[in-house]
Amino acid sequence: MTVNRHASQPTAGAWVWLGFALVLLAAPWVFTSNLSLTMLSQMGIAIIACLSYNMLLGQGGMLSFGHAVYTGLGSYLTIHALNAVGLGQLSLPVSVLPIIGGLAGMGFAVLLGFVTTRKSGTAFSMITLGLAELVFAMSLMFSEFFGGEAGISGNRVVGQAVWGITFGPQRQVYYLIAIYTFICVGLLYAITQTPLGRMLNAVRDNPERVEFVGYNTQQVRYRAFIIAGFFAGIAGGLGALNFEIVTAEVVGPARSGAYLLFTFLGGATFFFGPILGGILMVLAFVLLSEITKAWLLYLGLVFLFMVVYAPGGLASLIMVNLRVIKHGKLRGLLPSYLGFALASLLMLAGAGVLVEMIYHQQLDAALGPDLPFAGMVLNTAEPMTWLVAGGLFFLGLWFFEQVRRRFAVRWTSVHTDITRSQAVSS
Amino acid sequence: MSRATALSLRNLSKRFGNTEIIRGLNLEVSSGERVAIIGPNGAGKSTMFNLISGRFAPTSGEILLNGQRIDGRKPFEINRMGLSRSFQITNIFPKLSVFENLRCAVLWSLGHRYSFWTFLGNLKDANDLAQAWMQRIHLDSKSDVLAMNLTYAEQRALEIGITMAGGANVVLLDEPTAGMSNSETERFIELIKSVTEGKTLLTVEHDMGVVFGLADKIAVLVYGEIIAFDTPEKIRANPRVQEAYLGTLAEQGD
Amino acid sequence: MEFFLISMLNGLSYGLLLFMLSSGLTLIFSMMGVLNFAHASFYMLGAYLGYTLSGVIGFWPALVAAPLLTGAMGALFERQVLRRVHHLGHVSELLVTFGLSYIVLELVQLVWGRVAVEFNPPVFLQGPVFTLINHAEQGLSLVAGHGGEVCAAAEATVRVACTPFPATRAFIMVTALAMVVSLWWVLTRTRVGLIIQAALTHPETVETLGHNVPRIFMLVFAMGTGLAGLAGVIGGFTFITEPAMAATVGSVVFVVVVVGGMGSLSGAFLASILIGVIQTFAVAVDYSFLQLLKDFGVSASVALQNNSFAKLSVSQIAPILPYLFLVLILIFRPRGLLGTRDT
Repeated sequence: MTVNRHASQPTAGAWVWLGFALVLLAAPWVFTSNLSLTMLSQMGIAIIACLSYNMLLGQGGMLSFGHAVYTGLGSYLTIHALNAVGLGQLSLPVSVLPIIGGLAGMGFAVLLGFVTTRKSGTAFSMITLGLAELVFAMSLMFSEFFGGEAGISGNRVVGQAVWGITFGPQRQVYYLIAIYTFICVGLLYAITQTPLGRMLNAVRDNPERVEFVGYNTQQVRYRAFIIAGFFAGIAGGLGALNFEIVTAEVVGPARSGAYLLFTFLGGATFFFGPILGGILMVLAFVLLSEITKAWLLYLGLVFLFMVVYAPGGLASLIMVNLRVIKHGKLRGLLPSYLGFALASLLMLAGAGVLVEMIYHQQLDAALGPDLPFAGMVLNTAEPMTWLVAGGLFFLGLWFFEQVRRRFAVRWTSVHTDITRSQAVSS
Repeated sequence: MSRATALSLRNLSKRFGNTEIIRGLNLEVSSGERVAIIGPNGAGKSTMFNLISGRFAPTSGEILLNGQRIDGRKPFEINRMGLSRSFQITNIFPKLSVFENLRCAVLWSLGHRYSFWTFLGNLKDANDLAQAWMQRIHLDSKSDVLAMNLTYAEQRALEIGITMAGGANVVLLDEPTAGMSNSETERFIELIKSVTEGKTLLTVEHDMGVVFGLADKIAVLVYGEIIAFDTPEKIRANPRVQEAYLGTLAEQGD
Repeated sequence: MEFFLISMLNGLSYGLLLFMLSSGLTLIFSMMGVLNFAHASFYMLGAYLGYTLSGVIGFWPALVAAPLLTGAMGALFERQVLRRVHHLGHVSELLVTFGLSYIVLELVQLVWGRVAVEFNPPVFLQGPVFTLINHAEQGLSLVAGHGGEVCAAAEATVRVACTPFPATRAFIMVTALAMVVSLWWVLTRTRVGLIIQAALTHPETVETLGHNVPRIFMLVFAMGTGLAGLAGVIGGFTFITEPAMAATVGSVVFVVVVVGGMGSLSGAFLASILIGVIQTFAVAVDYSFLQLLKDFGVSASVALQNNSFAKLSVSQIAPILPYLFLVLILIFRPRGLLGTRDT
């Protein structure tokens, strides 16, 4: 009797999970500043949110423009629960409250998902958009639940302190988030290895065929939608505890757009892609936004570039290059990569200067024509500055395109070599 | 000896806008029979298949599977009642491996439904059945290859595998050998014969050699109607059929 | 009475503006299968370009130049970006237009700032085109332009209600109707239109006949975005020109397209008018459920009186009405009012 090679193989993956747990545990010891701790906490939340989003996008092929509805409603219900605990109306430990968020997310997914998953493709996306706008518009109408302009605030240092943990210090909140992150990531991964998970992939690839092997595609999508809503709600609940305030923007279109943007950038085709996406999301919102006002512009351009040239996101770029390294072909590609880096630097320098100068003239004109930029002082009144900056940008753009063309050729040849060597060895 | 009627089409018609593609079609297929559907292009063969398998609902008429009405039902309902089909244009799961493709095909029939609490790796029945089918269609050496990276003939074989693995008793094969060379076709017909042993088979075919080698009976579909339904020899001799094919049948059969 | 008439006209003008936008969107979707997420961004571009150009070359030239420029940018985007993702499928196309919406928004904010700009209608469009006067004694009458002294005089004894209908709104209606007619004419009476109609369902056949189908796609995309730009110029000086205008109008336009039935021009027309009229009326109605009870002589409990839902007036829920329609249509008639295709 042949041994079925496709039975579960736990040992190799166990090390990855152990490593992940260690990273979560040790991160605050490596990044010790207060800002780092805040960011790490937010990253954990973002990871769960993006992974839950990718259940729809990457695994199910469902492009949703309204995922923030489920994370946001999870946040709202959790903060109401938190306030109830504070008033003594609810006796639950604070650490369990995100699960209420999860149940809220799940409940709304049951309700709204039924209508949403009746369609697929572009129509599905439009429905999610419409429902997101509906909920966002409603958030300004019902102030008891949504708190109007000020939102709903809460205090997480309430109720019974289990084992002396009050969740006052950020460090305690971080570890709570870390535990939830580890468990949720584990559960979400496990689900990809189940019949529902696999049939969800099948629905993504060929919904018609799925019907002809006995599965109701709408039911598959609906159930996945509900599960995704559950984890989205947990992320929202953790957010409520972390920030101790929930405002209408948590259900807003900007938030939904961010989930889409960063999950895609991280990589929707690999399980760990959204983990990268969540990390990038926090880095962008907290750090990048401080560096330049035009960060959304840069983000949009990078996103556009990725959709066209690297639709698998950062994760796929990493995996593909790992494969190249494994076959020892990296050296042939290094000059191209250096070229890309140089060209990007030129473009960034040129565009960055132009953008900052425009904003300077718009907003800080009263301060005079001098703009400090990367250690230099630039005179915005000089036309030369503009010409040089513009020239740098276009030079970088031209150079980028040259490198890209040569790279495309080299890339194909590297790949044919690899495929050929694999065919020989198998 | 009268066998049970597996598939019954009664006065079936299908209209798209003003055009009637299928008009008053009648057909009774007995259990275990192998029927080839032939006819000129545009006669409505694919439409007929689409009606039976639930892709379209008929404008009027009835379709019965093992005595139960299936017209107007959704494809997954019909599939669960024991009917399966393959497609003329290969319809597999391109980004899943060969093994995964077959495993997906058996999950529902084995009762695993929408479970998200059992691991695929632990489903011995699904894994063993998928493995067995992989061997039957001779793709076990390509177990982990992504379906989109198979050759055309291999993909067609996988298509048959997915169609059969769910255990359906009535099988519709839509031009299974489309696009194959002569040698590939011969081998493929042997494969079809072995995997459809004991099943009721309806197949659309253009290759007359295949038709005569495979079929117990032949149904001739012209302009949305079945003009003849009989054994191959009688069909070959049928003047109406000869007229419809302008004599090509008489020449090819020799 | 005059309230009803003017509100109806206002609603129709808003609906026709929505149709100018949704028709371009439907055209692009029908031809290319792409739902242009950035369609409202072209609306915004048209408004800002119209604002800048009208200050430089005058109103009428700007009215022509701004949509042409917007259409040209649409063509550029189609050629350089959208074309490269056709083969990757509809999700990628949607994502690419999604990314574009961010980029356009940021560029607009970069160039024109984050505050609304004063885009005023030209002198001949300022003020009302006519005024409905409801005189307590003399009845209903219509006066061209302003109501004049009759309205200005605030007599305590005779009640005079003057409701003006803005010229800008009338301009929207005229332009939109002209657009509908010319669109119909181009599609059904010209050679180009015939080719476009054929490419709608059988692009490969049209290509084998020697027509440059990619160029036709680019032309259609340019037409659609140009129409959005035209709507933008007019909407810009009628309503407001600010960075948020894309978002506010964009979501309603998508609702219109889905409610009308994706891919159906007549459905988009019907849905635009319906949503335009209903929303305009709703905004002006200050009625709530509690008031309804009161009018029927039903006394409400204190708890009900404090209930958020019951206190809501129609005007307060006006913003969500389009989305409610969307949900209702999806439950009861998923293919839309006049839709033919199912996705």
